[in-house]
Amino acid sequence: MARYGLRTVALVYLLFLLVLPVGLICWTTFQDGIAPVIESLTTPSALHAFKVTAQVAVLTVIANTVFGVGTAVLLVRHEFRGRRVLNMLVDLPLAVSPVVVGLALVLVYGRFAPFGGWLADLGIDVIFSLPGMVLATIFVCLPLVVRAVTPVLEEIGIEQEQAAWTLGSKPWQTFRRVTLPAIRWALAYGMVLTLARALGEYGAVAVVSGRIKDQTQTLTLFVEERFQNFDQQAAYAAAFAMAVIAVLTLLTITLLRPREDER
Amino acid sequence: MATLYLSLIVLIPLAAVVLRSMEDGLSGFWAQVTTPEASSALKLTVVASLLVALINLVMGTLIAWVLVRDDFPGKRIVEMLIDLPFALPTIVAGLVLLALYGPSSPLGVDLAYARSGVVVALLFVTLPFVVRTVQPVLLELDKEVEEAAASLGAGRATIFRRVILPSLLPAMLSGTALAFARSISEFGSTVLISGNIPFQTQVAAVSIFGQIESDNMTGAAAVSTVLLVVALVMLVALDLLQRWGSRRG
Repeated sequence: MARYGLRTVALVYLLFLLVLPVGLICWTTFQDGIAPVIESLTTPSALHAFKVTAQVAVLTVIANTVFGVGTAVLLVRHEFRGRRVLNMLVDLPLAVSPVVVGLALVLVYGRFAPFGGWLADLGIDVIFSLPGMVLATIFVCLPLVVRAVTPVLEEIGIEQEQAAWTLGSKPWQTFRRVTLPAIRWALAYGMVLTLARALGEYGAVAVVSGRIKDQTQTLTLFVEERFQNFDQQAAYAAAFAMAVIAVLTLLTITLLRPREDER
Repeated sequence: MATLYLSLIVLIPLAAVVLRSMEDGLSGFWAQVTTPEASSALKLTVVASLLVALINLVMGTLIAWVLVRDDFPGKRIVEMLIDLPFALPTIVAGLVLLALYGPSSPLGVDLAYARSGVVVALLFVTLPFVVRTVQPVLLELDKEVEEAAASLGAGRATIFRRVILPSLLPAMLSGTALAFARSISEFGSTVLISGNIPFQTQVAAVSIFGQIESDNMTGAAAVSTVLLVVALVMLVALDLLQRWGSRRG
């Protein structure tokens, strides 16, 4: 009896917190059929938002993949002073509010900050344009690849790398032919997480982008702007599109996880 | 290289926030944090986050328990749904909740522009933390110990309290701390449902955003510094909890 009681409590909680709200959005989006959904997702503003979002996400995934693997190798394979500090700092972005991330970047890279002003004199605008948005997204996604790769690197040990090295392999060659294949699933997992997070980032991007319509508007900003302007159809349609991406991410992650267990 | 990258993107900007908040000295910082608007936003954030952490502690453990020890059709789908709040963009989470618990709610429950709406939004985005930290520990738990306790005459409540709870506690607290940290810093999901009313539903992150918009960078930096300090304390606490957990394990 107690078993059924617990099960009911858990499921009812999830139903009202998760299933009903998400289900309702899907239902409302397609209330008038699929045509208005497609129409509101193919307006120039919506298409532009898709483009900006894709640019930011792809650049972020590239930057964080390179940095993530580099940092993970550094943390696992090398002994140096300040390793524990670096290890803790990597997690910091997860605990920092996205708005604070935005503010922090504005204070350094904004036009009226010394460093940002110097960059602006060189003709590089960071805040209120794409570089700032990429920086903000890199910041909030920073730990994802590192934390996905680190445990696998620890587990595979260094025997194979040492073997490659004794056979005369160069460091880069060893990395590419030995280390990389061993961590590829974990790396893919981290990259998918980064991609999903980058596509959905709102707070940090809202601060640094200046929210200029048709210029620096990402999908999440588009949802908010459309909603505030009482264009529910477009807001719901874009939200639905992002929910689909979220579900696809979940499916990919579930597919990637068992692969790791098999190792 | 890694340190340089980390410095340029994370450390220097965060240091700039702290420096900016201290622009007018410590008293200036204090004045900015204790303005009626800032202090009421901070108070609401802390109270709501504590409440959310507490609900998560109970409900998260319960859900993890059901997922590990119970079996029912559709369990795999529920299992996957748990992660949905992590995958869903926060602004979409806010929109989704507003659809069900907003002015046009089909259930007739209108939590929009109310503090309870903020709590629901925070519950939504923090759902996976406790579930996902407790679940693996529960999976590894040795059932034989529970059976031994039962054979020695312990009741279900005693077994839970004396056998299961002690081994779950570090994981439960870690998850709760994560949920608390996330609630303190949450922005996207609360922005729509709270309606952003100062003194009533404005949480700290939303208040910072408002101050940036009205170009009060020093005030924004001051409240941000408070959030940063809380974040650092939580990170240290989590580090300690992890060690406590591994010592027990």
